[in-house]
Amino acid sequence: MAVKKIMIVGVGGQGTLLASKMLGYVLLNQGFDVKVSEVHGMSQRGGSVVTYVSYGDKVYSPVIDKGEADVIISFEKLEAARWLEFLKPGGQIITNTQEMEPMPVITGAAVYPDRLVEKMEEAGAKVDAKDFLAIAKKAGSAKAVNIALMGRLSIYFPEIPDEAWHEAMKAIVPAKFLEMNEEAFELGRTAE
Amino acid sequence: MHKYTQEDEIIMRELMLGNKAVARGMYEAGCKVISSYPGTPSTEITEEAAKYDEIYCEWAPNEKVALEVAHGASLGGVRSACAMKHVGLNVAADPLFTISYQGLNAGLVICVADDPGMHSSQNEQDSRHYAIAAKVPMLEPSDSEEARIFTKRAFEISEKFNTPVFIKMCTRVSHSQSVVCTGERVVPEQVPYVKDPTKVMMTANSRNAHVRVEQRTKDLIAFAETDDINRVEMGDTSIGIITSSTSYQYAREVWGDNVSILKLGMVYPLPEKLILDFAGKVDRVIVLEELDPIIENHCKQLGIKVSGKDTFPICGEFTQNLVRKCMGMEVPESIHIDDEIPGRPPVMCAGCPHRGIFYILHKNNCMVYGDIGCYTLGAVAPLNTMDLNVCMGASCSGLHGFNLAMGKAGEKKSVGVIGDSTFIHSGMTGITDIAYNMTNSTVIILDNSITGMTGHQQNPTTGKNLRGEPAGKVDLEALCHAVGFNRVTVVDPYDLAEVDRVLKEELSVEEPSIIISRRPCVMIKGMVHKPSLHVDKDKCVGCKACMQIGCPAIKVTDKEDGSGRKVADIDTTLCIGCEVCTQMCKFDALKSADKTEVTA
Repeated sequence: MAVKKIMIVGVGGQGTLLASKMLGYVLLNQGFDVKVSEVHGMSQRGGSVVTYVSYGDKVYSPVIDKGEADVIISFEKLEAARWLEFLKPGGQIITNTQEMEPMPVITGAAVYPDRLVEKMEEAGAKVDAKDFLAIAKKAGSAKAVNIALMGRLSIYFPEIPDEAWHEAMKAIVPAKFLEMNEEAFELGRTAE
Repeated sequence: MHKYTQEDEIIMRELMLGNKAVARGMYEAGCKVISSYPGTPSTEITEEAAKYDEIYCEWAPNEKVALEVAHGASLGGVRSACAMKHVGLNVAADPLFTISYQGLNAGLVICVADDPGMHSSQNEQDSRHYAIAAKVPMLEPSDSEEARIFTKRAFEISEKFNTPVFIKMCTRVSHSQSVVCTGERVVPEQVPYVKDPTKVMMTANSRNAHVRVEQRTKDLIAFAETDDINRVEMGDTSIGIITSSTSYQYAREVWGDNVSILKLGMVYPLPEKLILDFAGKVDRVIVLEELDPIIENHCKQLGIKVSGKDTFPICGEFTQNLVRKCMGMEVPESIHIDDEIPGRPPVMCAGCPHRGIFYILHKNNCMVYGDIGCYTLGAVAPLNTMDLNVCMGASCSGLHGFNLAMGKAGEKKSVGVIGDSTFIHSGMTGITDIAYNMTNSTVIILDNSITGMTGHQQNPTTGKNLRGEPAGKVDLEALCHAVGFNRVTVVDPYDLAEVDRVLKEELSVEEPSIIISRRPCVMIKGMVHKPSLHVDKDKCVGCKACMQIGCPAIKVTDKEDGSGRKVADIDTTLCIGCEVCTQMCKFDALKSADKTEVTA
């Protein structure tokens, strides 16, 4: 299979690393070659963070470049727009509608752009935007945004069986939070 | 493709971080002692190795100590290693050069992780220069599986040639996960220690050792010519690419199988005949390497015409599109929106104990000589309160030099600011210089009870070792007194008035002084926090005084009553109730609630 590329973007501290861990686990168990690349360190202090996930028969580059991503999963709306250039024209964006103001916006040095979902659609992206924070809270914890987003992502992988996602959750999520995360996954997947 | 994996018994297929794969390689090689100092992107090597009970792992005060410890263990007869970031190798350079001469007893591997693109570093130096300068062989993996295998091979090469061996990582190999097939641990017998008078590195012994090192390099070149750590992958011969590390992956990404590649797994010393043969089989030779033209210059010395840094940049990290652009190839089409996307720089966390210190330094218009750590974020808006930083410890010694030049104008207005771990690493010698040579310098030690920026490692001031077990503990006050400071004052950085009073006093006195700002990092696991604050929206006048401290939990929004008035708003999921902002508010509008939360 030709290589497919998925980006997971968000704000440091939002739990993007757990999402990439789960996705990597699922894809590896489907028998694919997989590479997952992320940057640790200072960017985790509330900065913009990105993880690249590539899979297929044979993956070479660990990074994804402009115009290459099939799917971008964004934990925050502005971050979806920031990384839009990395999407293939006509590619799929799955974004949380949550807005987190970066420091330049908080201090008034910059403005948070309006109508971002519409603008990304006008630019040629398919956008699936939902309030995954509300979904996660409904499941029992604001921290489950990552799993709710993974639930949503599963819709776009009809070829991957449901058990594969649940197996990955069991392997990665602490047992005491499993039930809540299962709920977040299902609510994310089925959100209207 | 990796034919050297065939010898290994394959146990399982696992997606593994490059750094974890190095740790796995150490485990499988029977490594018994690892001593390191944390530094992005190398930190997880030692953290992951520590998860194996069979390997003794420790955080050393700095990289020089770490390398000396690892070498000592090698002389004691067990396979040993250390890991550091590129700038850490500068600190370890002193023992490195002489260990290269002295040799060892059991295998010694030095992992060094470069940071092209400077994701988390103050410079972009290329560690391969150290391999050349110290005449120490260097292996460079291009993915996690190679990281595991090369680490094992590094121990073998180390013992075969009686030399330390580098494993050179970079951010993209260290922090990318790819598929690894793990093998079993095999522990070599401990090598008996035998006293050998030629091991004392002085005059005649050193001269002989140098001769031995030159012969060793010749032997290693012969090894590099034929060993499968360097491999030729022939394809279309119109272009031949000589490359290593992650650049190999970009070459395959761009050209697929339609190109010939000489992939170098050992980047020092470089083979000669192998390269000449390869160059002879292709029409055009391209050297694809990040940072400095080291492979390129070697090819040129061999008389081969190559494209290298005339085509690709020296600065920054490569990607597949960069390679395509430099080669005049098409890049994929991309889309964008017209709005300017505001940046999202990293910020000090809500409740960070450094914030109060930097606010008071800002208010007093101090010249701040900073250092390496989370607190470097004091340089960014809205605090903008760091003038300088260079390297670990320079805040102390650099400040002393600054004050020698500036006299009272410097001493009354300038401070050094350094974290607890950085202070132990390299600040102690700097403050000793201040006390010994007596400038009236003021150094602030930010003691947050952890090594913060690299992800919460223990250090000699925390009273815990790498595994979190009770350990020795440096008494910072006693240490500062012992090196000659009479004035050592401890402050709580959450108490702005107290910080302001002490700072003014210590800047005014005619002797050197230390201020220890003591508050644990709010992100330490299990920390008990005060309840989050909330805004009394009737009292808040929207003056934005609370915004001056740059806390990410505070923003100004429209008042919900539709009056169009602006009021402060606190994000209760971020706020940990440090109450620094309440000290900024003249209207008593920031209030505490009544529940206590524990960091998960």
